[in-house]
Amino acid sequence: MPDTHFYRYDDYDRTLVAERVEQFRDQVRRRLSGELTEEQFKPLRLTNGLYLQLHAYMLRIAIPYGTLSSRQLRKLADIARKFDRGYGHFTTRQNLQLNWIKLEDAPDALAALAEVDMHAMQTSGNVIRNVTADHFAGAAIDEIEDPRIWCEIVRQWSTLHPEFSFLPRKFKIAITGSPNDRAAVRVHDIGLRLWRNETGEVGFEVIVGGGLGRTPMIGKTLREFLPKDELLAYLEATLRVYNRYGRRDNLYKARIKILVHEVGAEKMREEVEAEYADIKDGALKLPAETIEAIARQFAPPALPHRPAVVATVEALKLEDRDFALWLKSNVSAHRLAGYRIVTASLKPAGAPPGDASSVQMEGVADIADAYSQGEIRVSHEQNLVLPHVAVEDLPVVWLALGRLGFAEANVGKITDIIACPGLDYCALANARSIPVAQRISNHFARIGLQHDIGDLKIKISGCINACGHHHVGHIGILGVDKNGVELYQISLGGDVDFGKTALGTILGPAVTADKVVEAVDALVATYLDARGEGERFVDTYRRIGVKPFKDRVYAVV
Amino acid sequence: MPLFRESGIVEDPWQRLADDTPVPADGMVLVSFARWREARAALLARRGPIGVALANTDPVEALASDTSRLDLITLHFPKFSDGRAYSQARLLRERLGYQGELRATGNVLQDQAPFMLRCGFDSFEVVNEPTLRALRRGALPEASLFYQPSVAPHEVPTGTRPWLRVTRPSKE
Repeated sequence: MPDTHFYRYDDYDRTLVAERVEQFRDQVRRRLSGELTEEQFKPLRLTNGLYLQLHAYMLRIAIPYGTLSSRQLRKLADIARKFDRGYGHFTTRQNLQLNWIKLEDAPDALAALAEVDMHAMQTSGNVIRNVTADHFAGAAIDEIEDPRIWCEIVRQWSTLHPEFSFLPRKFKIAITGSPNDRAAVRVHDIGLRLWRNETGEVGFEVIVGGGLGRTPMIGKTLREFLPKDELLAYLEATLRVYNRYGRRDNLYKARIKILVHEVGAEKMREEVEAEYADIKDGALKLPAETIEAIARQFAPPALPHRPAVVATVEALKLEDRDFALWLKSNVSAHRLAGYRIVTASLKPAGAPPGDASSVQMEGVADIADAYSQGEIRVSHEQNLVLPHVAVEDLPVVWLALGRLGFAEANVGKITDIIACPGLDYCALANARSIPVAQRISNHFARIGLQHDIGDLKIKISGCINACGHHHVGHIGILGVDKNGVELYQISLGGDVDFGKTALGTILGPAVTADKVVEAVDALVATYLDARGEGERFVDTYRRIGVKPFKDRVYAVV
Repeated sequence: MPLFRESGIVEDPWQRLADDTPVPADGMVLVSFARWREARAALLARRGPIGVALANTDPVEALASDTSRLDLITLHFPKFSDGRAYSQARLLRERLGYQGELRATGNVLQDQAPFMLRCGFDSFEVVNEPTLRALRRGALPEASLFYQPSVAPHEVPTGTRPWLRVTRPSKE
């Protein structure tokens, strides 16, 4: 089995996680014996990623910066089989959810996770959540620096932070190391973007107060350029200001975006900078050796030279249309010419977005071992990524993924839908998300048609909490409840691309579940009729505005 | 009200004064932040030790010049899930150099106590029965390793990462 090329736990990390598993085992025992009430137990189980859903407990497992070794993915498959129903759901936060966990099994599931240096801390509760990153990190052609080094530093500092474990609300941090933002940093509580300034030094742009949910907002830049060694001090300062002054009187106004909005970016900056000035040279200042030691663990694998142009691949491209389309949509440039980044689509026609069975997870782990340095990524678009595949190996990887049902050539297309679990699982949801995604996926199943329609992101949330990121979908679909009827509100023009981040505009009155497909069909038809040369759906929308789309949709629904 | 210190459960020697009760000439008295602001000079002029009870919205910075004169500061958790007092505690200990007793009051539960210790609290006013029982048998959740620097007295740096802390084995 290949070595891992990302952070490896040492004895300290292992001890820390193991102690927490035993602590939780005791807490579960106290809950089962009735010593703890559900109210008292709730924050304790949430500290360990255990939610109480509509039908059962749900365990949300942290996959830091979306990076997994094949060994870890096999263990996840194993846990899903042993303690759940043999499948899991990859989320928009690069986590894995198991939806049918029994309370008495949860400590054993956590102990099994700890065997592969994983845990479920920081995946719930009003804490700093598992930090997300660009899923192409370490392989992307446009990368300035691997953001996962910083994610790992933030992961450690934020784990069970004594001051920040009872924040006003949950807190999400995303980091990107590329100018092409694949981590949606402008719609996080804190987004960090690595960039190189005029003097050649790399540091962070610190963006604070973005977020989706009920009050979507684009984050404000508090700091244009933060020296890297001061990252933790700056984060601590920001979190402290938020912990002290963030609203706690109203659950829906408790995120940092509301604080930033209410006091204004200027005042927020002043407060954070004043706090930061006091602590920046303290214990959190990062020594160069510490940064280097962690960075070394993320050193890219020594990839042997492989040819950039391969005759058999070129031939298959001409011969097999499906392969050619797959190359176009699911295969991305790698920093080395002889390699590619392959996205395994977890969105085959009609399937619930982001679901994978234990057998499929093991299959992906095998492919990663054979063809991608034993490494897998989870994308926030709920797909799996093989980051280091040689051009020469693309045909065999395509076939192998095809056998798992993960070679649908639809990445970035209309059926590559992001959807939250919705009313099928979630206690908060107003409406079903997955069946709506499935119907759209079936309707547009023809791959040729999807490629003709081109890049189009549909994002579906079952309620206003926006776990499906509907605000930033080119087409956003939001489930709402009107007098007991599930309706779907459609919005257009959202985007998370850096520099173009935008929130969608609501199209008009919500439509019933059976009309969602017709509505999407009408939107697509409007685009196909009106599109100019090289225009994507969202480009055409920006050029012609909402009216033509609206007219056509409400003529049919 | 039972008071937990590292030495165990003790009787609270402090007298909590309502804002309209006259201040006794000596003895250990705990006053509200409002009263402290109003009668600071008079309170400092008396003989006995003085403590101040803060709400979690009171600015700790207002005590900056008095931290060496105070023997007790209490910080309040109206609900265990309201974590503002953690920040107040760290600011008092780490920025304002407060060295007296720092007491957590309100909804203090055993599973939050370790966070409190790490933020600088050294005593807890406990009403929750299971928490009291656990404290009596010395069953605070045990952990030996942490990912943040802290002012907790039994922790020392370890390894090469500057944020790592390990609990020093207690002396037999």
